[in-house]
Amino acid sequence: MQFGKLCLVAAAALALAACEAPGSRDNEDAGTSTLANPFPSTYKPYPSQTLLIANATVLDGAGARIENGSVLIEGGKIKAVGADLTAPEGAVTLDARGKWVTPGIIDNHSHLGAYPSPGVDAHGDGNEISGPVTAEVWVEHSVWPQDPGFTRALAGGITSLQILPGSANLFGGRGVTLKNVPARTVQAMKFPGAPYTLKMACGENPKRVYGYGRGSTPGGAPYSRMGNVAGYRDAWIQAAAYKKQLDKSGSGGEPPKRDLELETLAGVLSGDILVHMHCYRADEMAQILDISNEFGYKVAAFHHAVESYKIADKLAEYGACSSMWADWWGFKMEAYDGIPENIPLVHNAGACAIVHSDSDIGIQRLNQEAAKAWADGKRIGIDVPIEVAWQWLSLNPAKSLGIEDQTGTLEPGKMADVVIWSGNPFSSYARAEKVFIDGAQMFDRNDPALQPVMDFELGQPGEGDRK
Amino acid sequence: MIRHLLISLAAVAASPFAFAQPVAIYGETVWTGTSQGTISDGVVVIENGRIVSVGPASARVPAGATEVRAQWVTPGLISAFSRTGLTEVSGVDDANDTGAASSAFSAALNAADGFNPDTTSIPVTRLDGFTRIAVAPQAESKLFGGQGFLADTSGLPGSIFRERVFAFVVLGERGASISGGSRPAAWAALRGAFDDVRFFGARYMTHNEGNVLTRMDAQALMPAVKGDQLILFQASRASDLDAIMDFKEQNPSLRMAIVGADEGWMVAGRLADLDIPVIVDAFSNLPASFSQLASTSENAKRLAEAGVTVAIVNLDNDSHLARLATQVAGNAVANGMDYDDAMRALTTAPAEIFGMTGLGVLAPGARADVVAWDGDPLEVTSAPSAVYIDGDSQPMESRQTKLRDRYRTIDESQKPTAFKR
Repeated sequence: MQFGKLCLVAAAALALAACEAPGSRDNEDAGTSTLANPFPSTYKPYPSQTLLIANATVLDGAGARIENGSVLIEGGKIKAVGADLTAPEGAVTLDARGKWVTPGIIDNHSHLGAYPSPGVDAHGDGNEISGPVTAEVWVEHSVWPQDPGFTRALAGGITSLQILPGSANLFGGRGVTLKNVPARTVQAMKFPGAPYTLKMACGENPKRVYGYGRGSTPGGAPYSRMGNVAGYRDAWIQAAAYKKQLDKSGSGGEPPKRDLELETLAGVLSGDILVHMHCYRADEMAQILDISNEFGYKVAAFHHAVESYKIADKLAEYGACSSMWADWWGFKMEAYDGIPENIPLVHNAGACAIVHSDSDIGIQRLNQEAAKAWADGKRIGIDVPIEVAWQWLSLNPAKSLGIEDQTGTLEPGKMADVVIWSGNPFSSYARAEKVFIDGAQMFDRNDPALQPVMDFELGQPGEGDRK
Repeated sequence: MIRHLLISLAAVAASPFAFAQPVAIYGETVWTGTSQGTISDGVVVIENGRIVSVGPASARVPAGATEVRAQWVTPGLISAFSRTGLTEVSGVDDANDTGAASSAFSAALNAADGFNPDTTSIPVTRLDGFTRIAVAPQAESKLFGGQGFLADTSGLPGSIFRERVFAFVVLGERGASISGGSRPAAWAALRGAFDDVRFFGARYMTHNEGNVLTRMDAQALMPAVKGDQLILFQASRASDLDAIMDFKEQNPSLRMAIVGADEGWMVAGRLADLDIPVIVDAFSNLPASFSQLASTSENAKRLAEAGVTVAIVNLDNDSHLARLATQVAGNAVANGMDYDDAMRALTTAPAEIFGMTGLGVLAPGARADVVAWDGDPLEVTSAPSAVYIDGDSQPMESRQTKLRDRYRTIDESQKPTAFKR
């Protein structure tokens, strides 16, 4: 079991083959993969009951809506979803008449813990801006699990989230996928088996941070968008050479000297690490797609992607997701063409649309962000049923993180990551009332005993208050 | 004169009869903001830029009135605090007039000088039902950010209808930081500035510099110090709010309001007693700084219930997304605020704070700022179907709608997208 877990999270290039055929590798390889994953998840689901949530409007997250529906949770998993479920013996039945039940929301763009509250300088751990290529850093080493923001996100129905490093760098480092459970260590939050991710960034940020904005001429690159692209390609060339050496060492060759940066980049090229790329402009995204083809990796999701609507056809064809805000725009040049219909237009083109937050405030109501986009789409004739639009909040982000087999819908066998809403969650007035993670209730809006309070908040004004 | 011509052209473009004829706007729900309350199946009649009647749909309307039908009808919403119109793209310094970190002046900076009615965020704001905006400068290097103004969102020249309506003063953490590093430094600067104004004649007889303010800044701050002009303080921590209230008690003639006030609920009773209104972002519920440790999503509700005049705003991206105040207010309702209080926080409360007479209500004689909605304005899924400012039907178009329409379907089989308009 321990071996399997290690394999699934194993980072760089070596582990995959070993995982596919456990035991087929010798101890040396197992040792290498342990080195590549020295921070394994220690998350264990909390105790849960066999629970039947009955008489609710159920959105199963896969695209179906069931009126007067029920969800049966057993052993922390979804056991069944349907209109006519009966509670097995010993099950607790929760009458959810008038309520809505959905899969937990997954935010694939958060900086909680890395830029925690309070946002003082001492907490500014979200971006290693020391160079344009910092693929060697892992954001989990910056995540402060006591960030009160996690609890606010939980109250908004967030059950899993990806923490990303910031976007100053071309390669910002590894992201990490967490279960949104309060914990003493970040390891105890790590989503078991979730693949690692790599944060990359396009456009203004890298060239501003390393170029003209730093006033250091001559100084570091990049200074321009073409400098950005050269920076990506240079790094991928090195990564490809490193990977070649790694592959050779698998068949008896000399392993390369360990290099944290190149281990991560080689992990992308071998398909073990998923690329999440901050990119606003359509033309830049199109160039990134070409670069990914040049070096043989895949972009899992473009983040912010405010111009995805301009190339939604190309994104659909390639198969990249767009992680988007409902309506942020205008705060910088590359966000100038943001429009509120971006999400529905991407969806309508058959591309993968995701609602993301990038905000400790926005993460608290991603359902409303989806609702705004949904309504704006409807006004221009893109009439997406709510039960389909919910894929923007759970299934699609799960896909972008490679965890869609474990969570993201209420299909039998999946983790029971479930939210009970006071009403239609596409309304301003609906609140997440109960939140379950792996079947364990981690939040109850009406029960202060089920509202986590972080260490930071103890003994301060507002401790335990309604948040 | 030019403004008048443009208004009529805009009106003609939107509806050939809107300028000449009365308009009857029917709503299944009409929220008036007056003692008439909320009318089911009501009608609002406007004529010559004014509201002439508000009543049940069965009421007689003038012959030949243009009929507009909607789910909801409300007064034009008022954004109580934003930087709308001061910047086209906030991250582009050349296109950003919100603040002036290197200016020699502070209180004298008149934000109206930076306003551009052609800013593309203005129609975006209008399209979500906001017909009036209170705009504040940023305070970047001194406590005194300068003078704020009031504008309509028609996007026409002359849309500023009152300049120098309030003096913007930043206290709390930010004020401490820009005053030299501590709250005592900020308060020394504030009191020193007031003294500069009070002893203006003597102090500036031979110098251009006072203890804190230049001559020009002291002149500009004079109406605020005399109590003739509103002072809008920005502060969050309860102790900062208390310090402001102490200042008010020491200087009873001052007129003041507070923006931010994240911990306002802790001192709500005193704010009510001193009749100090607050402008809050009801999304604030994190200890985002050591001045917001007690922030709660119930802040707006608790303040309103204590009798404080509460306006609600979105302080996040306040130049381009002031319009999200409706979502913020809807969430305040979800967190217990009375619905009418939340609506007042977008209409009558800002009108009261800034002295906008005849705005924020649907009442006979009021200015005809009226919005027709396809649903409850505080619902995230709702949007206006028609917007009137001073009786003029507004174009429901923005740079965003043009981009949207261009890319609604992508087809370059015959010509590049750039030819599509």
